[in-house]
Amino acid sequence: MQQNSTTLSFGEIGLFFLSGSTLLYGLVAASRRVDPVMEIHGYLIAIISLVAIFLLAARATKADRAQQDNEPYNMDVVKAGAIASTFWGVVGFAVGLVIALQLAFPSLNFDTAYLNFGRLRPLHTSAVIFAFGGNILIMTSFFVVQKTCKARLAGDIAPWFVFWGYQIFIVMAATGYLIGGTQSKEYAEPEWYVDLWLTLVWVTYLLVFLFTLFKRKEPHIYVANWFYLAFIVTVAMLHLINNAGIPVSFFGSKSYGLFAGTQDAMTQWWYAHNAVGFFLTAGFLAIMYYFIPKRANRPIYSYRLSIIHFWALIFLYIWAGPHHLHYTALPDWAQTLGMTFSIMLWMPSWGGMINGMMTLSGAWDKLRTDPVLRMMVVSTAFYGMSTFEGPLMSIKAVNSLSHYTDWTIGHVHSGALGWVAYISFGALYCIVPWLWKKEGLYSNKLVNWHFWISTLGILLYICAMWVSGIMQGLMWRAYDQYGFLEYSFIESVEAMHPYYFIRALGGLLFVLGSLIMAYNLWKTVKSGASVVTPQPSKAPTLRQGEAA
Amino acid sequence: MKFLAFHQILERKSILLLLGIVITVAIGGLVEIVPLFYLKSTVEKVQGMRPYTPLELAGRNIYIREGCYACHSQMIRTLRDEVERYGHYSLAAESMYDRPFQWGSKRTGPDLARVGGKYSNEWHLEHLINPREVVVGSVMPGYAFLANAKLDYRNIGDHLKVNAMLGVPYDDAMIAKAKTDVLAQLDEDSDDYEAFAERYPKAPVGNFDGDSKDVTEMDALIAYLQMLGTLVDFTVYDDQANLR
Repeated sequence: MQQNSTTLSFGEIGLFFLSGSTLLYGLVAASRRVDPVMEIHGYLIAIISLVAIFLLAARATKADRAQQDNEPYNMDVVKAGAIASTFWGVVGFAVGLVIALQLAFPSLNFDTAYLNFGRLRPLHTSAVIFAFGGNILIMTSFFVVQKTCKARLAGDIAPWFVFWGYQIFIVMAATGYLIGGTQSKEYAEPEWYVDLWLTLVWVTYLLVFLFTLFKRKEPHIYVANWFYLAFIVTVAMLHLINNAGIPVSFFGSKSYGLFAGTQDAMTQWWYAHNAVGFFLTAGFLAIMYYFIPKRANRPIYSYRLSIIHFWALIFLYIWAGPHHLHYTALPDWAQTLGMTFSIMLWMPSWGGMINGMMTLSGAWDKLRTDPVLRMMVVSTAFYGMSTFEGPLMSIKAVNSLSHYTDWTIGHVHSGALGWVAYISFGALYCIVPWLWKKEGLYSNKLVNWHFWISTLGILLYICAMWVSGIMQGLMWRAYDQYGFLEYSFIESVEAMHPYYFIRALGGLLFVLGSLIMAYNLWKTVKSGASVVTPQPSKAPTLRQGEAA
Repeated sequence: MKFLAFHQILERKSILLLLGIVITVAIGGLVEIVPLFYLKSTVEKVQGMRPYTPLELAGRNIYIREGCYACHSQMIRTLRDEVERYGHYSLAAESMYDRPFQWGSKRTGPDLARVGGKYSNEWHLEHLINPREVVVGSVMPGYAFLANAKLDYRNIGDHLKVNAMLGVPYDDAMIAKAKTDVLAQLDEDSDDYEAFAERYPKAPVGNFDGDSKDVTEMDALIAYLQMLGTLVDFTVYDDQANLR
C-alpha cells in the first residue's frame, strides 16, 4: 500500500469528522446542560476533541508515517498499552486501598461529596476491571493476534483509535463517578453518552481484531484468539443490552433504563456475571494460552482439552447470572437454573486450569529459576481455587449465608488479585523486554519480591474476608435462647473492624508489590542493551505432530 | 475423529468461528431473561403500588448518585431471620417502577427495602449529617453536604415523561404538575396538596429536613427513604394470588 504524506487515509478523515462533531457536541452540551455533570463533561469532551484534532493534524503532516505503517508489525500501540496498563493498575489498586481504609476508619470519607465511599467504590472497580484489566486485554490481544497470525494489525489509525478511545472512556467514566454521573448498575455505572462512546470504540476493536484474523498467514486461528474473539463479541452483546435506555435530555447526564425491577435485576446480573466470565476470564485465559507455553517453551498440554474448555466455558458461563439473586423476587426456576449451571461451570474451569498448569510438563524445574513463570502458574492455581469457591457459593444453601457479606468480596479478590492480576503481571514481565528488545528484565530479584509481598497481601485479604464474611452471615441469622434475633445489625458492623484493618493491610502490600513491578519495568525499558530478535516468532505448538 | 475435523473448519474460518460464538453465548440469556417479561409472578399486579412522586424520584436519583447501593440492599430475601429483622420479604411488584433496580449486592449497612416510616425525619436528618452521632460504631460516610445543596428540579417533568415513555403510569396531569408536586409534598397546608395526595396515595409529607427555606437534596433523599417499602399493605396482600 503506497501512501504519500499529503493524502489522508479513510480512517484519518473519519477521525477528523468524529473529533469535530464531539467538539461541537461538547460545547453545545456544556452551554445547554441540564445538570452539573454535563457541564463538566461537556467541557472535558471539548478539550479532548481539540487535543485529538491537534494530534491528528500533527500526524497528517508527518512525512514518515507511510513508512511506519509498512513495518511488519504494529508494536507501538502495544507498547502504549503496556505503559497504560501498568499505570492504571497502580491507580486502581491504590483507590482500592483508600476505600478499604475508609471502611476501617470512616472519618477518612472526609464527609465530602467527591471522595465518599459510595462514589469511590465504582471508581475502584472500574479502574481495576476496565482500566487495568481492559488495557491488559487490548494490549496483549493486539500483540498475540499479530504474532500468531504473522500479520500486521489491520488499519493504520484504527488500533490507535481503539487505544486512545478506550483511555478517554476510562477518564470519562472515572470523572463521572466523582462528580455524580452514574446509573448505579454495578460494573456498568457509566451513563448513556459514555456507553455510546465505548460502543464505538469496542466495535472498532472487534473490526481491527477480525480484519487482522482475515489477513493471517497461518492456516489455523490459534486458541488464544478464540478466547479473545469470544471476549470481544460477548462483551459487546452484554454492554449493548444491559445499558439500553433513554436519556432525559441529550444535554444531560441522566438516563432511564429500558428494563425495570426484576427484569432489570436479571439483565444486570446476566451482564455482571459475564463481565466476570468474558472480561475477567475468557480474555485472561487467552493470555494464559499464549504466555505460559511461550515462557515455558512447551506445547499446550492438550489440544482437545482446549477445544472442550473453550466451548463449554462460553456456553455455560452465560447461564450463571441468577446465582447473584438467590431467595430474591426472581422466580425460583431461574435461581435453580443459575445454580445448576454455576456448578457445571466448575468442570470447564478446572479443565482450563489443568490445561494451563500441565503445559509445564517437562519444565517444572523452571518454577525454581523463573519467578515470572512462577507468578503465572500461581495465577492458574488461584484461578482453580476461585472457580471452585464460586460454584460452592452459588449453591442456594451456602449462598443464603454468604450473600450480602464480605465473603463475596473475598471471593472476588481471590479471583481478581490472584488470577487476573497475576496472569497480567506475568504477561507484562514477558512482554516489556520483548517489546523494547531487551535481553531480559532489569531484575528477577525484584520480581521475586513483588511475588512474595503481593502473595502475602492476597492471603491477608482473602482470609480476613472469609472470617468477616462468615461471621457476618452467622451473626445475622443467630437466635438467642428465647427465639429472638441475637444481634442487632450494628453489632455485626462493629465486629468487622479488625478484619477491615487486616484487609487494608493486605491491600497495602498488594499496592507495594505493583509499585515494585512498575519500577522494575521502567528500569527494564531504560537500561540494558537492546538485542536483535528477542521476540517470539510463532505461536506455541497446539496440535500434536506439528513441528515445534 | 469427526469432531476434531469439524473443529478444524471453525479454526480456519474466522466468520464461522464468530457465528459459532454468538450462537453459543446467546442461548443462556434468551432462556433466562425473555420469560421474565411474560410470567405472572414477575409482572404481578399488586394493590398499592404507585409510581414515585417527583420528590421521591429526585431523592432516588440522589441515592443512586451517592452510590448508596454499594452498601445497602433493597431486597429482603425469603429467609426467616431477614423477615424478622426487616419485614415482609420483597415482592417483584415492589420494584416494578425501579429503573434501575436497587436490590444491591452487599450489606455493609442494613437492608433498606422497608426502612420507610421506621425512623422519624429528624432521625434521618441527624443520621445522614453525622451517622456516628446517632449510631455508635457505624462506618457510614456523613452526608451533611446534602442539607446545603439546593435540589435542582427544573426539569423533573422530563424525568417523569421519559419514565412514562418506558411504561411507568405517569399521566399527563402528573407530568404537567411535576414541579408543583415537589413543593406540595413538602407542605401539607399548600393549596396543591390535596390534588397531589390524590395522585400519589400514601406519599409521606412534611418538611423533611426541618428547614422550610429551600428545597434541598436532603429533603428529596429523606422523602424517598420514608416511602421505601410502605406502599403494599401486607394485611390485605394475597400471596397466593399469583401462584399457579
